[in-house]
Amino acid sequence: MQADLNVILPEIVLAVYAMAALLGAVYTGRDRLAVPLVWATAGLMALLAIWIGMGGAGTRTGFGGMINDDGFARFAKVTILLAAAAVLVLGQDYMARRGILRFEYPLLIALSVVGMMVMVSAGDLMALYMGLELQSLALYVVASMRRDSIKSTEAGLKYFVLGALSSGLLLFGASLTYGFAGTTLFSGILAAADGQAPVGLLIGLVLVISGLAFKVSAVPFHMWTPDVYEGAPTPITAFFATAPKVAALGLFARVVHDAFGGVVGDWQQVLAALSLLSMFLGAVAAIGQTDIKRLMAYSSIAHMGYALMGLASGTAFGVQAMLVYVAIYVAMNVGTFAFILSMERGGQPVTDIRSLNMYSRAEPGRALAMLILLFSLAGVPPLLGFFGKLYVLRAAYEGGLAWLAVAGVIASVIGAFYYLRIVFYMYFGEEGEALETGRSPVQWGFLMASAAVMVFGIVNMFGIETMAQAAAATLVH
Amino acid sequence: MIGLEHYLTVAAALFVIGIFGLFLNRKNVIVLLMSIELMLLAVNVNLVAFSAHLGDLVGQVFTLFVLTVAAAEAAIGLAILVCFFRNRGTIAVEDVNVMKG
Repeated sequence: MQADLNVILPEIVLAVYAMAALLGAVYTGRDRLAVPLVWATAGLMALLAIWIGMGGAGTRTGFGGMINDDGFARFAKVTILLAAAAVLVLGQDYMARRGILRFEYPLLIALSVVGMMVMVSAGDLMALYMGLELQSLALYVVASMRRDSIKSTEAGLKYFVLGALSSGLLLFGASLTYGFAGTTLFSGILAAADGQAPVGLLIGLVLVISGLAFKVSAVPFHMWTPDVYEGAPTPITAFFATAPKVAALGLFARVVHDAFGGVVGDWQQVLAALSLLSMFLGAVAAIGQTDIKRLMAYSSIAHMGYALMGLASGTAFGVQAMLVYVAIYVAMNVGTFAFILSMERGGQPVTDIRSLNMYSRAEPGRALAMLILLFSLAGVPPLLGFFGKLYVLRAAYEGGLAWLAVAGVIASVIGAFYYLRIVFYMYFGEEGEALETGRSPVQWGFLMASAAVMVFGIVNMFGIETMAQAAAATLVH
Repeated sequence: MIGLEHYLTVAAALFVIGIFGLFLNRKNVIVLLMSIELMLLAVNVNLVAFSAHLGDLVGQVFTLFVLTVAAAEAAIGLAILVCFFRNRGTIAVEDVNVMKG
């Protein structure tokens, strides 16, 4: 019992904190406590990330194999916690000035992070489902945080309906998997689906994959993404674009390797198709967008396509490439959203990319940082984003998916167009009504830090390569 | 004699009806919530049938989890729906269209 609880101690700490803070805030200060709660939650998450990251190596399992604490889970948890903490701190100023900083916001984020931590360490279909739902239910509420805005509530409603549909698909697949494998434990499913899986198990696998594809917003299950990204308040969009993506990809890797590692050939083609469609749709559909939040939605669809390409290769190197890619993706997105959060005119947020006309003249420093981030998102060498893409392309090539790697290169060239268009507006656009200069030092700091990471990270990637390699080795048998 | 196949057929039929309810319904968001509930209940039929067939209790434990989560999900769905109705004044599915793309 004690050993079981030790395995999930970080999750317990965060969950107890969230519930205690919720009760305490309801009975005392309510929204007056929102700002301290944001900082406390972010601080606790950062501490937990350090604790998990510095904690002992090795693999522990708890609750009869339902929860794993291995290198893969730790890598994903540290990424999730740091991303969530960064986004919380980043959006605080924006939300406070628009009067939507409620005390529930950091606590809901904390609860969804608990769900994500369970997701990436799940070793059982039940743990998978409970983690996924804890994450999703909190995110539905957060998406409609701005209760008096049609757009925000509509985003919440759309996200809820499509998210519930995806949970239903995943659950139906899980029930078939349980029926045909005779167990919900991933280790049992791995034994039942070794080399040759019964048809029922394969149908279950496909349904589970489609449910997960919804959560990572891979094409053809991406419909909710642009609307939710546009409708939700920008700090929450920034959150959607980072931590939940890491968690969903982590869960994806867990399911296909931990539970279905014996039938790689069966899911490889499905993942390759998802990856191909996501990369191309993300690249092509973003071209016509003028709203930068919708553009980032399509950008994230395309990026998820690249991350899935690493996973589709079906090798340990592929998982390593996926982890490296997603860590770089999160770092880029935190900086990009720090910039988007600072875009405003007359105190009102602006999301039209044409408002960036000649931004470089008013704010050369910020424009340069954004230029670096956009080049990195597009995968222009020698920035860090390029090395992330190189990693997944190499994984696909070595995994025997050379055609997918070629398609990835073509899609990234198409996708470069819309990133470069923003750069064009910033440096060569027509003179128009200028944006206000940002006021928040926190946003400035994150923007500059993220851009610096993209430039200086190319030296040794801050050692995440070896960490990701160790993490992938614990997952792929 | 009613065997496993019969239960699975009923569950699959209910699940497909739920999905069709989501996509074909053009009238009311409440019907969407009911369709979602139908899908989750179809999963429960599946789980209980498998659990009885395998002689393994895990499926029934899973069912209890699904029931609990479904209740929480319905509560959150209705809460979001109430907020949406206050802003938009309607809950017809074709009116959930402020954002398009």
